Amino acid sequence: MQQLYSFVRKEFYHVFRDSKTLLMLFGLPIAQILLFGFALTNEIKNANIVVCDYANDNVSNELITQIAHSNNFTLAKIIHTQTEIEAAFEEGDIKLVLVFPNNFAQDLYHQGEAAVQIIADASDPNTATTLTAYAQNIIRDYQQQIQRSAPQVLSIIPQVRMLYNPELKGATNFVPGLIALVMLLICVLMTSVSIVREKEMGTMEILLVSPTNPLVVIIAKALPYFFLSLLNLTIVLLMSVWLLGISINGSLLLLYFVSSIFILCALSLGLLISNIAASQQAAMLISLMGMLLPTVMFSGFMFPIENMPVPLQIVSNIVPSKWFYIIVKDIMIKGTGFAAIWKEVLILSFMTLFLLAVSFKKFKIRLS
Amino acid sequence: MPDVSLENISKTYNKGKTIALRDISFSIEKGELFGLIGPDGAGKTSLFRILTTLLLPDAGKATVNGYDVVQQYREIRKRVGYMPGKFSLYQDLSVEENLNFFATVFNTTVKENYNLIQDIYVQIAPFKNRPAGKLSGGMKQKLALCCALIHRPEVLFLDEPTTGVDTVSRKDFWQMLQKLKAEGITILVSTPYMDEASLCERIALIQNGSIMSIDTPQQIIQMYPDPLFAIRAENMSTLLADLRQLQLLKSVYSFGDYHHITFVQNQENSPQELVQQLAQAQHLQLEIKPITPGIEDCFIYLMTQQNESQRNGN
Repeated sequence: MQQLYSFVRKEFYHVFRDSKTLLMLFGLPIAQILLFGFALTNEIKNANIVVCDYANDNVSNELITQIAHSNNFTLAKIIHTQTEIEAAFEEGDIKLVLVFPNNFAQDLYHQGEAAVQIIADASDPNTATTLTAYAQNIIRDYQQQIQRSAPQVLSIIPQVRMLYNPELKGATNFVPGLIALVMLLICVLMTSVSIVREKEMGTMEILLVSPTNPLVVIIAKALPYFFLSLLNLTIVLLMSVWLLGISINGSLLLLYFVSSIFILCALSLGLLISNIAASQQAAMLISLMGMLLPTVMFSGFMFPIENMPVPLQIVSNIVPSKWFYIIVKDIMIKGTGFAAIWKEVLILSFMTLFLLAVSFKKFKIRLS
Repeated sequence: MPDVSLENISKTYNKGKTIALRDISFSIEKGELFGLIGPDGAGKTSLFRILTTLLLPDAGKATVNGYDVVQQYREIRKRVGYMPGKFSLYQDLSVEENLNFFATVFNTTVKENYNLIQDIYVQIAPFKNRPAGKLSGGMKQKLALCCALIHRPEVLFLDEPTTGVDTVSRKDFWQMLQKLKAEGITILVSTPYMDEASLCERIALIQNGSIMSIDTPQQIIQMYPDPLFAIRAENMSTLLADLRQLQLLKSVYSFGDYHHITFVQNQENSPQELVQQLAQAQHLQLEIKPITPGIEDCFIYLMTQQNESQRNGN
């Protein structure tokens, strides 16, 4: 026990005395969540829009002014013919076009309803949906304003059209995928590199030629990264909640429990890699290539697994991050409990046990 | 019973393509200071790794402290101290942290065996808070030795402990080894420096994975067959070239300040004859004197013998 404690303390010294390791450990997740988070962020400021105003009456003008004054939009120009819309989008920069039909005010006050068309550039689906939502909000607010001074029921009906990508395919929620990616990368990379470093430095020789049980060496390597990974998870979750405004709907305890299993899984993968790799660079390369690619490809967070050819769908089943991704998504977004995800948790646990057993078995008690 | 024994140990790498050790047998008695002398690539480190249970031999049997290096490796790992050739402590941990860490690795405390390392540790104690990576070469070796001794091992394996260490520290280091020997610790030390050979009780000269000779340094020197002369002149390189032309010399080797030479026929007037033959070249300050051979002379002699016998064998 004394031995293990001493080992673990030593590992922490290594981590906290090497600025590069620290940067990797905490900088990488933070950078990633900021990068991905930017794509995710639901606030867009000063998006350029164009208004095509056939009506040019007091109601359309008032609505245009309100939209132009909102923080989210900047009115680039007002046009008066349909043909200019396409041209405006093709110039780039224009994210949204609002079309007010002829007799807008007249329709609204005499028939009680009028339509306004919202055309969005959906080649970037996240931006498009966000911006149309903003526009709809402003229109709804305006409708409530004028309703107060009007005797009859007034409704302005927004008709949304997604240009270029009407199905809005794309990532809606990166965070669960990001958690899987960060946990896996950090754990695998850190453990494999730190063990290979001992080999490279020659300290592994001394540790082997000592009464210390190799199991103690392995556990001592894994423990610090286990806890640092949980800390990392906390940082990612806090950033998701505060910075990206994502809410965690399920049980936090369950989330941490499943993450712990996944971290163990990643640690044993790192241990396995450290057995193959001869240098720190090799360990880093294998970790990045061997872990990043399958996670991005097969976990379902970038590319939907259902759309893949059947052989690839089968392959995706052996990628632990796929199962972890499903679990985290269910817990965080759907808010489901253990009852709904026990199957996935079981699969992940078996994978972890298997990898852990193999990596313990494969750990070399001699050189080469 | 010898403390370390090797019987017909062989080791190859790359699936037999590279031969590291050929049929090595020798033994070391309890409390002996035994030197393994040979140049880089002779097989010293492979031998150390087999004895410290880090590598498995291809053939042969070896025991350390009575335990088999293959089957009973766990027992050996409890009882030996090992200092690898490369500085192998944690560079980012301080001197004190390294020492404490290795003490716990060996299930002991610094206090318990402090008297054994005291003499060495007091020299590095002023730097105890400095990261090990920032120590000088000599200090690093002392720290590594402390770490290897912290559990009072029965057998101490030191793989090239003085490589990359200055002359003064090297001398210190050998004095420390003598003290450890007095404590009854069996020591196997390897070195590429021939001048350190005489500080060992017995030495094995190793070259190309084979042991050429095992004996006390004095015995090895005595078996040198020919009278040896040292010769010098102002221009050493032209002298060397001239000497190599001469038929009456058996061997010519450059040794820094002097060239060491032996004659084909050892007659009393051989040196004078040599001086006469060199007269035409007009060497300034020509000086020739008989000397007693060193370990390096013996090593070179044995090496040429080995090469010749191999050539004849083929």
